[in-house]
Amino acid sequence: MQTPAAFEYERATSVDGAIASLERLGSEARVIAGGHSLLPMMKLRLANPEHLVDINDLTELSYIREQEGEIRIGAMTRHVDLLRSDLLAQHFPLFRDAETVIADPVVRNRGTIGGSLCQADAAEDLSAVCAAAKASVVIRGSGGERVVSMDGFHVGPFTTAVGAAEILIEVRLPVRPDGGSAHEKVERRAGDWAIAAASAAVWMQDGTIGDAGIALSAVGLTTIHVTRAEELLRGKAPSDELFAEAGAIASEDCSPASDGRGPIDYKRHLAGVLTQRALRRATARALHQEA
Amino acid sequence: MATIENLPSPSAERPIGFGRLKRKEDARFIRGQGTYLDDIRLPGMVHGAILRSPYAHARVVSIDTSRALAHPNVAAVVTAKDLETLGLAWMPTISYDTQAVLAGDKVRFQGQEVAFVIATDEYSANDALQLIDVEYEPLPAIVNARKALDPDAPLIRDDKAGQHDNLASPTWEAGDEEATNRAFAEADTVVSRDIIYPRCHPAPLETCGIIADFNPQTGQLNIWNGNQAPHAHRTVYAHVAGLAEHMIRIRCSDIGGGFGNKVPVYPGYVCAIAGSIVAGVPVKWIENRTENLVSTGFARDYVMRAEMCSKDGKITGLRVDVIADHGAFDSTAQPTKFPAGFFHIVCGSYDLQASHVKVKAVYTNKAPGGVAYRCSFRITEAVYLVERMVDALALKMKADPIDLRMRSFIAPGQFPYETTTGWTYDSGNYAETMKVAMDIAGYDDLRREQREKRERGELMGIGVAFFTEGVGAGPRKHMDILGLAMNDGADLRVHPSGKAVVSISAQTQGQGHETTFAQIVAEELGIPPEDIEVRQGDTDKSPYGLGTYGSRSTPVSGAAVAVVSRKVRDKARLIAATMLETRPEDLAWEKGRWYVKGDPEKGAMIEDIAVRAYGGEPMPEGMEGGLDAQVIYDPPNLTYPYGAYIAVVDVDPDTAQVTVRRFIAVDDCGVRINPMIVDGQIHGGLAEGIGIALMELLSFDAEGNCLNSSFMDYLIPTALECPDFELGETVTPCPHHPLGAKGVGESPNVGSPPAIVNAVIDALYETHGVDHIDMPCTPARVWAAMQGRPEPPQ
Repeated sequence: MQTPAAFEYERATSVDGAIASLERLGSEARVIAGGHSLLPMMKLRLANPEHLVDINDLTELSYIREQEGEIRIGAMTRHVDLLRSDLLAQHFPLFRDAETVIADPVVRNRGTIGGSLCQADAAEDLSAVCAAAKASVVIRGSGGERVVSMDGFHVGPFTTAVGAAEILIEVRLPVRPDGGSAHEKVERRAGDWAIAAASAAVWMQDGTIGDAGIALSAVGLTTIHVTRAEELLRGKAPSDELFAEAGAIASEDCSPASDGRGPIDYKRHLAGVLTQRALRRATARALHQEA
Repeated sequence: MATIENLPSPSAERPIGFGRLKRKEDARFIRGQGTYLDDIRLPGMVHGAILRSPYAHARVVSIDTSRALAHPNVAAVVTAKDLETLGLAWMPTISYDTQAVLAGDKVRFQGQEVAFVIATDEYSANDALQLIDVEYEPLPAIVNARKALDPDAPLIRDDKAGQHDNLASPTWEAGDEEATNRAFAEADTVVSRDIIYPRCHPAPLETCGIIADFNPQTGQLNIWNGNQAPHAHRTVYAHVAGLAEHMIRIRCSDIGGGFGNKVPVYPGYVCAIAGSIVAGVPVKWIENRTENLVSTGFARDYVMRAEMCSKDGKITGLRVDVIADHGAFDSTAQPTKFPAGFFHIVCGSYDLQASHVKVKAVYTNKAPGGVAYRCSFRITEAVYLVERMVDALALKMKADPIDLRMRSFIAPGQFPYETTTGWTYDSGNYAETMKVAMDIAGYDDLRREQREKRERGELMGIGVAFFTEGVGAGPRKHMDILGLAMNDGADLRVHPSGKAVVSISAQTQGQGHETTFAQIVAEELGIPPEDIEVRQGDTDKSPYGLGTYGSRSTPVSGAAVAVVSRKVRDKARLIAATMLETRPEDLAWEKGRWYVKGDPEKGAMIEDIAVRAYGGEPMPEGMEGGLDAQVIYDPPNLTYPYGAYIAVVDVDPDTAQVTVRRFIAVDDCGVRINPMIVDGQIHGGLAEGIGIALMELLSFDAEGNCLNSSFMDYLIPTALECPDFELGETVTPCPHHPLGAKGVGESPNVGSPPAIVNAVIDALYETHGVDHIDMPCTPARVWAAMQGRPEPPQ
């Protein structure tokens, strides 16, 4: 059995109560949601928080709804609910693409979107998904709420804009017409972290790509937002050649490290291939031409 | 417990004897009611935890346990110094080497045992590990077997007198070198390959552990420990600890997988036993996942060079040179007279002119082991090598890999067949089995599909492997482990009610012994299987024998149960003759009943005979009462199951991901006792083979850090990587086994990796020129091969 070090534990009954606990307990306190990243780290004693504030009772943070031209997702929404949501699949099918290949059903039953984003593991899928979908997140502290775009959310490896006594409470996805999206991942085995993954979204306008979002997982210290390729696509008619060019940019602009999943050259190659595939599928979906 | 009520099969479908029967033990397993080691809690029990070395090779300068001892819940901290006073600092391995129980002078692999903490609970024990201060002086590490014998390599085993290099065992040879040279000289085609069977791990889902409970008043040592050979362990403990063997009792309870990993005695066991003897209370120690992966018996790690030749379209010769990486201590599992196990079965299923095999072993700064992971002592490595070489030869000859095999097989008329390395194969009709596999696969259609796909730029491969295994070790004139004959016992007692208990020395780890062995008694005596209790895994309640590994349960223990059943049947015949007032020779047997040959209405059921055996009426002249018997079975030869496997893979041309789309497995394991259990064993082994071929690897960096210390990094396959397996069978009964059975548990693990790797190469050779790749075929490694720069696993 892997045994974590000793810690104190409390269960929050409200978001404000959880924030108050975090303020009171200081920097050695951690929020626990699904626990599928934090608990393994604690059992391996890679993380040794002194206090855990459990927010699993905050069911008011579990929802997927359409409101004010946005899809809004509560931070405590579990992976399994993201996977099953037809509303989400209708507007942002890349979520379902990603959720079918995130970990396994046991993890998906417990893990949450808020936990995934706040863990900010560069190999994690949902950060790329949200970046490509041009999402923003709502962060609440004792001083109130602020809305942060995904560009400003990832501060560094395993580090986000969420402060020590703050909680991410909602993800917002603006709904725009004629959009399509897709997520492509290569893993060594079902349930493994990605060797590389690419998320892409396009919004069509008069036969050309009006706007695009592209982000990569597992090929850098943080989620890689491939803005140079997004710029390339804007205003151009979709084609395999264009997507190949975008893929080449993704290969160049990522910064993978060599590890047990593969060497740098292979990961760069994958970043390109998967970017192309994601763009091709996202566009086909936007044009209702998916095979 | 399984009862008649909760047995899943309706009674009309339940065979009394051989046949498809749902497993008796599953009634408790599928309800979560099994009893595994960690479910057992004894009064007053304390918990152990092991401090392990962070270095692969370092001198131990000092160990300060004072801070750990100050922990309020810690009872003791044991180091090598303490064990030295008990004479337990070193223990013998299964291969006549010695292994440090706790490191005193040096640590020799990352994860080696350094100190043992005993505390009131496992949390405190693990907390205290962080309070032990060890000062190390790091030394250069050797992790590459090919470099272990370099003149400047650091000496790993400086504890051994006279050891001046890292050679773990001198070169061992089989076959005829001169005749092999002649075969190569006369050949028209020769191929050579460097082939690595990389280090992998059996990774049973239940890790290893023990509860040791020494009673200072009685001198009795009770042990609960999931292990595959409880009787042999007891003998080893008696020798190592100087305890009386009859005062040691080992109980196994349910075991969550073994696969060879639970054959050896591990340092944690010795520490827990020593701890209980000193403390006088039960000590439980259960390793965590990381400990299991980094310190307990690994498998394979064979670095091989081979040459194969052919003449006139038929394979004629094989030359093999192997470096075996044993890690820091030689605890490889094999019978005494076979330092390379049964690797010299590498001549495979082919009628060769000659072959020659050389194996030498080296020490490296890696965990010890070399256990037979679901295989009979290195047969997996042998089958992988020969089946890869046959494909390499077929490539060079531009021959179809099945045609080449068909031309080179040992013919049915040649059995019993003496191989060029000295094995006597018992029986077989290889071409017939190969044809069944081709029919199921639709081989010609697959080749057509492959050509069409290639034109569209799609990569599809068809891979073949044909294996012959030698299992069921073994005849006592040839085989022993630590001087113990590889025989197994069976005790059978039929009770007055006509129900029976059969005790066996084998020990299930999930293979279904409770069902299979009951079916053997049922077949022989006609007692329904649900009325037969199979006892195992308790050294006080079962006969002596060497246990379950090497696919030996059915070949050895199964034979013992058949023979003991027949002894009981013979005794029943004499009693029946008295009951029926006739002569024994006038009686005939039908399942469950002796009857008078000329008057079939007149007979005695086995349960009536049992009543008589225990009743007040007279027994036959000179016969003791009761209806029971016991045997120790000494197999006259190994059994030789074989099979034809065909894998169909798709390789993504851009991402290099390999998908096993189809897998056809046709096994000939002789007579099948429970075909459903046989199918289940094959499914499990094929899944493992897919894992080994595509993802499993224990790798090390240059400093000797193990890079695969959890299931995040040591990948085992899931159902999603496994196709819907297509199974077939041929039945060639073993001529010397009382039931004609041959054993099957390991065949699928042995036969599937070469089929899959051959398929990957078949997919890539024409378009990308890939003529070799080492396992595991991960996307990154396949991609590198497609770029023309394959890399050996490290």
